[in-house]
Amino acid sequence: MIFFRLNPSSGVPLYLQLMEQVKHAVETGALRAGEQLPPIRAMAQELVMNSNTVVRAYRELEHEGIVELRQGLGAFIRDSVEERAKLMRKAQVIVQSAVERLQTLGATPQEMRRLFENELAALQVGSLEGK
Amino acid sequence: MGDVLIEVRALRKLFDGFAAVDGLDLRVGAGSVCGFLGRNGAGKSTTIRLLLGFLRNDGGEVRLFGQNVLGPGGGVEIRRRIGYVSENKHLYPYMTVRQIIRFTRPFFTGWRDDLERRYLELFQLPPDRKISALSKGMRTGLMLLLAIAHNPELLILDEPTEGLDPVITDLVLRELVGLPASEGTTIFFSSHQLSEVEQIADHIAIIDRGHAVLAGAVDDMKLQYQRVRIVFPGDPPPITWADGAERVRREGRSVSILATRNVEVIVDQARALAGTSVERHPVTLKEIFLEHVGTN
Repeated sequence: MIFFRLNPSSGVPLYLQLMEQVKHAVETGALRAGEQLPPIRAMAQELVMNSNTVVRAYRELEHEGIVELRQGLGAFIRDSVEERAKLMRKAQVIVQSAVERLQTLGATPQEMRRLFENELAALQVGSLEGK
Repeated sequence: MGDVLIEVRALRKLFDGFAAVDGLDLRVGAGSVCGFLGRNGAGKSTTIRLLLGFLRNDGGEVRLFGQNVLGPGGGVEIRRRIGYVSENKHLYPYMTVRQIIRFTRPFFTGWRDDLERRYLELFQLPPDRKISALSKGMRTGLMLLLAIAHNPELLILDEPTEGLDPVITDLVLRELVGLPASEGTTIFFSSHQLSEVEQIADHIAIIDRGHAVLAGAVDDMKLQYQRVRIVFPGDPPPITWADGAERVRREGRSVSILATRNVEVIVDQARALAGTSVERHPVTLKEIFLEHVGTN
């Protein structure tokens, strides 16, 4: 089984943590199109987490188009994620170079995080006003 | 939530005039794993004993599977559909493992030999050893076997991992999380180990001084409750925050807020102020628990 690891006491909902890890595994190529996620009970017992939470994570991943749920068979990574994974790998290079340049300017990690969050917040406000 | 398996309304239980359970409301849906939290003496064990019909209530009602347990016709039939692991894990000490299984089995229809074997193996229970000579971990394993082998629809556990070592605790939790998926079992368990509740429960109910102070889905609570930290360019101005802003604390130029709802509104309020930087942090179950179960 792929190595997932959750932190129950981090305050982040477990289904979101599991979703993030599946996405990360897809982006890094640890999970590829057509491959299957572990069955619900196996995943629940492996991670010692509630099976309803696993179900919720799989459903949300389906909703986001990352997996396909086949009745009685399980959850499979969709073909279309390959493109998304490619995009993410490209995006990561851009972020890496931006972070490096900010570092040479002397920005701290905290400042970078704030800058990013402010830009994203502005983006959200813009898209709301655009409606 | 699908069918409601446990439904408690305005439940009340007096001991010498003291209300141990005082107007408790509770709902547990089929297929969920519900953690029942509270401090010592909050009324957890009394509630569980009322659910099982071991105690008579002084008011309110308890419905299991839609039937009134406290009225006539309740009792035995309903009890067959339930598995129960008690807090003190008391079993007849003079019986051997094999004898107590043989003794318990006829009370139920649908005893599953495969489940019996599974738990004998999992907890390495020697069939001919007397209960009095079992370790605490083995005794817990045996209680689980006796509670689960008849494949109950509802499993009720009172502090199941209290006093167990980490290896046995992990074993017990792993078994519990597997049951809803494989057998469709609904689980209701009391605990004050917040970390394990956070790990295996999808719903929680918090009881304090005999009544429920918070109930809901754990993941939803964690989305709803967040800590918002705001750093101002100068002294923070006086602000009337939106409803749901609790525990507002000022430290120099920064303000920390525990948002119990309306987190988006509070964040927007903060962002609208010139020059602020706003960070959101997740809140742990422990923080949520402490917010609702104050020291006094």
